Amino acid sequence: MIDEGLKSELQKQGVYVTSMQELYNWGRANSVWPLTFGLACCAIEMMAASMARFDLARFGAEVFRPSPRQADLMIVAGTVTKKMAPLVVRLYNQMPEPKYVIAMGACAISGGPFKQGYNVLKGIDRYLPVDVAIPGCPPRPEALLHAIMTLQEKILNQKLTGPDRPRHLNADVEGEYPVPTYGPHDLQPSKNSEVWQPPPIQR
Amino acid sequence: METLEQIKVRLEQALPQTRLDILPNECPAGERSLIVESSRAVDVAKFLRDDSQLRFDYCSNVTGIDWPEAKIKTKVKKKVVVEGVEKEVEETIETLRSGHLEVVYHLYSMELKHGPVVLRLRTGNRAEQTHLPSLTPLWRGAEFQEREIFDLYGVIFDGHPDLRRILMWDEFEGHPMRRDYVAPDDFEYEPTPHDEVLDAAKKHYPVAAQPEVKPEVKA
Repeated sequence: MIDEGLKSELQKQGVYVTSMQELYNWGRANSVWPLTFGLACCAIEMMAASMARFDLARFGAEVFRPSPRQADLMIVAGTVTKKMAPLVVRLYNQMPEPKYVIAMGACAISGGPFKQGYNVLKGIDRYLPVDVAIPGCPPRPEALLHAIMTLQEKILNQKLTGPDRPRHLNADVEGEYPVPTYGPHDLQPSKNSEVWQPPPIQR
Repeated sequence: METLEQIKVRLEQALPQTRLDILPNECPAGERSLIVESSRAVDVAKFLRDDSQLRFDYCSNVTGIDWPEAKIKTKVKKKVVVEGVEKEVEETIETLRSGHLEVVYHLYSMELKHGPVVLRLRTGNRAEQTHLPSLTPLWRGAEFQEREIFDLYGVIFDGHPDLRRILMWDEFEGHPMRRDYVAPDDFEYEPTPHDEVLDAAKKHYPVAAQPEVKPEVKA
């Protein structure tokens, strides 16, 4: 690893030194392509974020792909009903690695105003590893931009080697997530406890 | 448009031996409705659609209502003579209402620009006599709404072209909009519970922690 002081000194002299990891992450962080799908009103804000006024293109994330095979980022924008949840997990499985998930809005995080209902999943984090959660109902487009920036920061800090390298660089880690099936009243299983490990609540 | 009474009289003339009742409505809008015997519902609906003065060609809305068995208390004022003095005493009378499911149709006429006429069909009970005739053959727009009522309330529409669940998945059991439906309990993680969520979340509290619950509020 090159010394930071030497690196900035060299840069002043017109020599730009970087590492493979930085270059790789820099490229990935600035071309996060989201999957085109919206589940409820949050999707309207997502669309607004990609339009001229908010201009998601400034972050390299404007290329909404209509196929999971070409997408890097899943923006779960809206209420995930129990009927829809298996399809969302299947879409996530169909995306190539490396892939990221943003849970946008109160519903995608916890079920939001519908959490007392019989038909709404209480948070997509019960089945998928969520990288960034955006609170709000619905969140403003600026909040989605902030989530993209937070995600970029996360991507820029990922290590290519070592024990804490991300899942897509670790062949031992399973990349596919089990798709829940429809049960008589709820999804089976009702959560993936390998993914969903909520912190213990002090009462 | 004719009044509901006039429509009822003409219906009874056209279709003898059909029992029709007008359900009063005390709310400010006063929208009254016509309770139709389910066995004659198709004939009544056909008359309303095809009669030259009515022409209800548009079924704008179909809704379901669940009426579980209930005790209904009504207060009646009675005059009682106590020790030679007449007094007004309120008495509560309890009546048992048998449970049933109800389907409500709102009909309008696009051609004559009038409406609505509200039809109500009632099932025998909530358990096994839940069959009603489908009005989808008369108004195609009722198809999805009748499917929704079948899905959420469990009314079986005889004569419906494609009766299956529309909102819940096919493997789902029960009818979630019925008053006695018990929703799955998945309130195991509630960081900020209150009201009904708090009651549901308490079932998941660790057993050892329960004696320590104090009414004090942390600063």
